[in-house]
Amino acid sequence: MGNKFRSIETKHYEERDAFFEGLKRLDRRAFLRVAGMSAGIVAGMGLRSPQSFQLVNVAEAQGTKPRFSFAYISDTHLYEQKLNDRFIRSILKAVDDVNGLDPQPDFVLFGGDLAQLGQAGELKLGAQILKSVKAPVKMMVGEHDWFLDMGELWRDLFGAPNYSFDHKGVHFVVLNSILEKDFWTERKLTPKERMQIVAGLDNGIQSRFEVGGEQREWMKQDLAKVDKKTPVIVFSHSPLYKYYRPWNFWTDDADEVQALLKPFERVTVIHGHTHQLLSNRINNIQFHGMLSTAWPWPYAPEGLPQLTVQMNRPDPFSQFDGCGDGRMDVLESGLVDKLYNLWERNPITVRASYLASGGKQDAPPRTKLPSY
Amino acid sequence: MTYRMKLWVGAGALLSFAGGVALATSPAPRPESLQTTELPRHKVPVSKDGNLVVGMCDGETSLEVKGVKEGQSLTREQAARVSAELMETWLKKNPDANWDPAPPPGVAQGQKQAPQQKNPPMGTQKPATGGEMREGGVTAESGGKEVRKQAGTNIQDGHSYGAFTQRDEAVWAASTQQFVDEGHRVFHDAAAVGGTIAVSCDMCHPDASNTHPETYPKYQVQLGRVALLRDMINWCIENPVRGKPLADGDPRLRAMEAYIYAQRKGTKLEYGKK
Repeated sequence: MGNKFRSIETKHYEERDAFFEGLKRLDRRAFLRVAGMSAGIVAGMGLRSPQSFQLVNVAEAQGTKPRFSFAYISDTHLYEQKLNDRFIRSILKAVDDVNGLDPQPDFVLFGGDLAQLGQAGELKLGAQILKSVKAPVKMMVGEHDWFLDMGELWRDLFGAPNYSFDHKGVHFVVLNSILEKDFWTERKLTPKERMQIVAGLDNGIQSRFEVGGEQREWMKQDLAKVDKKTPVIVFSHSPLYKYYRPWNFWTDDADEVQALLKPFERVTVIHGHTHQLLSNRINNIQFHGMLSTAWPWPYAPEGLPQLTVQMNRPDPFSQFDGCGDGRMDVLESGLVDKLYNLWERNPITVRASYLASGGKQDAPPRTKLPSY
Repeated sequence: MTYRMKLWVGAGALLSFAGGVALATSPAPRPESLQTTELPRHKVPVSKDGNLVVGMCDGETSLEVKGVKEGQSLTREQAARVSAELMETWLKKNPDANWDPAPPPGVAQGQKQAPQQKNPPMGTQKPATGGEMREGGVTAESGGKEVRKQAGTNIQDGHSYGAFTQRDEAVWAASTQQFVDEGHRVFHDAAAVGGTIAVSCDMCHPDASNTHPETYPKYQVQLGRVALLRDMINWCIENPVRGKPLADGDPRLRAMEAYIYAQRKGTKLEYGKK
C-alpha cells in the first residue's frame, strides 16, 4: 500500500517532525514568523488538538490539560483472510495508527465486533493482530463476536466480558450490553442462523440489546465501592441510550443503567456499534461514539441526539473514508475530549466542554455534507 | 348486431378457444418448481348411477348431471344450465361476493383517500392498493358490498381501460410487494448479488438507507458522467462487493431497484441533488 493511504495522524506527525527540525535552524525573528504562520494555518484548518505541535495551542491548553490518554480501535468486523482481506488491512492500519502515537496511550480500548460472524477463525485472527498493539489492550465484546457460540470462544480468548478497573483516579466499567432475549429457540434456529440474523443491522427478527438484570446488579455492587466524586468512564458496545430501535442503536434497559450512574458527578460513556461521529449528553452523563475501521453506518432516519454534529457523508468511492480510530484525552476534571481520527479527513475533536455547555462552547466543525 | 357480425364474433371465440387448448396441451417445459410439487386438484364425488359430475372453479362445489353418463359430452343448452346452477349455488355460499353480471358500475367520484404520511419511517412501506386492504388476504367477498353500493352511480363508463376492481388492485399490490421482497433478499445476500467477499449491500445501507434514489440522475463526480441509480448499484457490486456488474435487464438489478425505491416512498424527487 505504501504511502498512498497514510492516515491523517501519520501525516500530522510527519509534519510535526519537519516543523521541529526546522525550528532548530531558526533565529528568534524567523521563529516568530514561523509560529505565526503555523497558528494561522491551524486556525484556518479548524484543527485544534490539545497535543498538537502548533503553538496556537499553548495558551488554550491551560486548565484542560489531559491527565492521561487512551486510544481505541473498534468494530473491525473481520472475516477470515481467504474470504476477505479488506477489513484486515483496515485493522492493521488502525494498529499502525495507535502504535505511532507519541506519547503512547496508557491503554487501547477495543470497542467490540472484532469478528463479523463470530467464527473461530475470525476471532483468533483478531486476537493475533491485536497482540501487535504496543500499549495494553482492554477488550469489549460486540454482538458479532457473541451470537454464534454465545461468547464461549470470546471468553476463552479474552476473559470475562464485563469487568471494572481503576486507572489514575478514574473508575472504568466495561459492560456486555449486547445481550438479547431468546428469539431463536422457538424458531428452532441453528447457531449460525442466529448469528446471521443478529449480524443484520436491519433484521427485525432479533431482540433489542440489553445489559440485563444480572449484570446491572453486578454493576450496582461494583459502583457501591466507588466515591461519588470519582470520575466514572463506562465502555459499552451499544449506545447506553435510546437512539434508533430498528437498528439496535439502542439499549433496552438504558434508563435503568443510567439510574445507576446518576449519583456520580462526572460520567462518560464510550460506545461502539454505530460507526459514526455521535455525541450526546443526558444529565450528568456524556456519551461518545466510536468509529469503525470496516465501514461507516448512515445516520438513522430519526432519533439523532441534538448535540451530535454529523460527520460529512462518506465518499462511497473511497474505501477508508468515514472509517478510522481515535483517542480519548481524559482531562483533569475526569471528563473526556474525544478525538475522531477519520482516515483521509481532518480529525475532529468533540470536547467535554461542548457537551457540558449544551453545545454553546467549543462546537466541533459543522457538517458540510449532511446525510440524505 | 347483425347476423354477419355475430358470425365473426363466434368464429373469433372458437379460434381463441382452440388456441387455448393448443397452449394447454403443448408440451412446453414447466419450471422445475412446478414439476416437483403436486398442484391441488378438485376431486369431484363419483355418481352412483355413473352420471357425469361437473366441478366448479372454486374447487369445492360440484353437480351431478342426470341423464348424461360419465364420458358423454353435454349439449350447449345442458352446459349453460349446469353452469348457471353451479353459479347460483356459489352465490348462495358467498352472499357478499363481488359478482358482476353486467358491466361494472365503476368507482364513484370523490372517493375518500387515506391521508398520506409525508415521510413515513423506512422499512414499513407498502405499495399503493387504491384503498384499504382487509387483513387475511383477498377473498371472494373482497369489495363485493362496495360494488353493489355504487351500482347505478352516474359515472362515465363503458370502456375496459381503468375498469378494475379492488381485488385486481390487491393482486397487483401483492405482485409488486413480491418483487420488492425479492429485492430485499438480493440486497441482504452477498452470494445472491454475486459478491466474492461476503460483503452485502445492507452492511453499509441498512433498510436501504443512504441510497437516496430520489437524487438520480445526477452528475457523479467520481465517475465523470451522469449516473442513474443502477449505475451506482453496479458500482457498488463491482467495488466494495467485488462482484460482476449486472446487465440492465438482470432480474436481480430490477428487483433491487424496486426495493430501494420502495424504501423511499413519500420522499420528494430531487434529481440532480448533490
